[in-house]
Amino acid sequence: MKEPKTLFDKIWDSHVVRRIEQGPDVLYIDLHLVHEVTSPQAFAGLAERGLKVFRPCKTVATADHNVPTVNQEQPMTDPLSRKQVDQLTRNTREHGIRFFGPGHPFQGVVHVMGPELGLTQPGMTVVCGDSHTSTHGAFGTVAFGIGTTEVETVLATQCLLQNRPEKMRINLEGKPGIGVTAKDIALYLLSVLSASGATQHFIEYAGETVLTLTMEERMTLCNMSIEMGARGGLIAPDEVTFEYLKGREFSPSEEDWNDRLTGWKKLFTDPGAKFNREYRFDISALDPMITYGTNPGMGIKLTGRIPTPDTVPGNHLNGFKHALQYMGFEPGQPVLGRKIDYVFVGSCTNGRISDLRAFASLVKGRKKAPGVTAWIVPGSQQVEKQARKEGIDRILKEAGFELRQPGCSACLAMNDDKVPPGKYCLSTSNRNFRGRQGPGSRTLLASPLTAAASAVTGVITDPRELM
Amino acid sequence: MPIEKFTRLVSSAVPLPAENVDTDQILPARFLKAVTREGFGEYLFRDLRFDSAGNPLPDFPLNRPEYAGRILVAGRNFGSGSSREHAAWALVDYGFRAVISSFFADIFRNNALNNGLLPVQVSEQYLNVIFLAIDRDPKVRITIDLEKQKVMLGEDIYWFEINPFRKQCLLNGWDDVDYLLGLQNEIRKYEENSNT
Ligand code: SF4
Repeated sequence: MKEPKTLFDKIWDSHVVRRIEQGPDVLYIDLHLVHEVTSPQAFAGLAERGLKVFRPCKTVATADHNVPTVNQEQPMTDPLSRKQVDQLTRNTREHGIRFFGPGHPFQGVVHVMGPELGLTQPGMTVVCGDSHTSTHGAFGTVAFGIGTTEVETVLATQCLLQNRPEKMRINLEGKPGIGVTAKDIALYLLSVLSASGATQHFIEYAGETVLTLTMEERMTLCNMSIEMGARGGLIAPDEVTFEYLKGREFSPSEEDWNDRLTGWKKLFTDPGAKFNREYRFDISALDPMITYGTNPGMGIKLTGRIPTPDTVPGNHLNGFKHALQYMGFEPGQPVLGRKIDYVFVGSCTNGRISDLRAFASLVKGRKKAPGVTAWIVPGSQQVEKQARKEGIDRILKEAGFELRQPGCSACLAMNDDKVPPGKYCLSTSNRNFRGRQGPGSRTLLASPLTAAASAVTGVITDPRELM
Repeated sequence: MPIEKFTRLVSSAVPLPAENVDTDQILPARFLKAVTREGFGEYLFRDLRFDSAGNPLPDFPLNRPEYAGRILVAGRNFGSGSSREHAAWALVDYGFRAVISSFFADIFRNNALNNGLLPVQVSEQYLNVIFLAIDRDPKVRITIDLEKQKVMLGEDIYWFEINPFRKQCLLNGWDDVDYLLGLQNEIRKYEENSNT
């Protein structure tokens, strides 16, 4: 009888070109996504070696990290950012790579763009010079972020030298309550397992809850895997996945569909397959979550209180104290009712159409609180277009919000969307690191629903109160 | 880019006991706009090292005159967060050749290795031994011998683990692209067999 295999191993093994004894595997990459910030040095390295891109057809580029979220159709005013986008334009043209640059109808945050175009397909290996490549795992892919040297390696050879990570399975059971989203599940897992709890592992999310999640929710969950230190996270593809993929721009054509489907249906973890670590969580009693500190593992129930030092393990105490100091919080304080200055809805975590819908559903008929600056940033041109089609832009406008243009925006604040020093931002993105949203900025991570409730009240608010 | 060989390093060290120093702290995103690999050292730990007006913060280890050297000794979970290789470039550009910590984030570890920056993972206890030693004598010499996989602090020896393949690459200055270019036929064959 064949040894039972995990989904991860099935995909990994079918991409091994060669095994190096006592070394990494030579892994073939099916899809390489490229953006303007982590690629210039890789293309330059290629040129120095006198090489061309080995498989341009497996490479797709977009501009997202740097781009402004207003007046995008005009030339970029920041000369350094413009240079990066210009270089990517030139590099992709020279090497015959598809490029969805500013203004292109397919432009968007790289991890929103790939899935919505059907580029990401079950069973693939997907890489990108960006850690949140883990998002694509929602489709049953082995997807992980790489550094620029590795970007160069994939451009040159379509392969990478990679050590096989350990495997972890997280089983989720129970139905999330009202107002509890995939983002809250991710923040909850992080609060239990910590920001380094899954280092050197690839996570498979399984269990009855996962089956009921939509593709967009699955993407949010897989997206945050990296925040636990994991190399990536994945979910076995099922009818939900196949249904999502049907008819998308780069999905398999109708003639090929059945063939591909047969292959995709074999992508699951065999019963009895072994994981290095396994967890089980019941999420039916979960509350909406929020972070209070400076790493995404520092999360609590929205209705809870900031921990007190006696509950923090000794070796984390120092970091805990510094985090509270940076955030301007006291131990034992509740977070509900605290004033916020900024709200950011967007990013590859929560910048998809379902996120905008969720946000709009709560602000509809209400008004943005005075004193709150809100950036509502669609994850891609397609998301923006859909939002306008559904009238979400109008709902936002009536409530005093403005739908901006797609990009990473305040998720990493490389463009003008920066939170000023000392200000509090309730953000639907994925990182609350010091200075992530601008030097001195203070980030609280939460779901789009919590963002909406807080944006209309001006203080941190439980979305269930407005539902 | 061929990597600089790493064999043996003898140096004093700079201590950075904080845990979870993420790549946004190592190199804030606003400095990612360059299109070359050089010059990032200036921005290394920018917001920990300088105040908003650009004045050095006297308490930060890199600003303290007693600390210098080519080894950074950092608290647990160093380099978590973003995949930006710029973080590794900044450390190298500043002059570091090795980072000692009790735990490294995965992508950072790869990025470091790809730039000839040796991540040395030691136990929590030994990390504390090193911090204490630096505390007692900021000029204390630390030897890192990659061939023998050991860290030496005076008489005290600690053996560390490293993937044998990566070790060979560093000792010889080999890079992945050269290795993989040599496998092109195998890669093509793989493509034919898997109909991709
Ligand atoms: S939205 Fe944020 S996390 Fe996602 S790709 Fe952009 S910068 Fe990275």
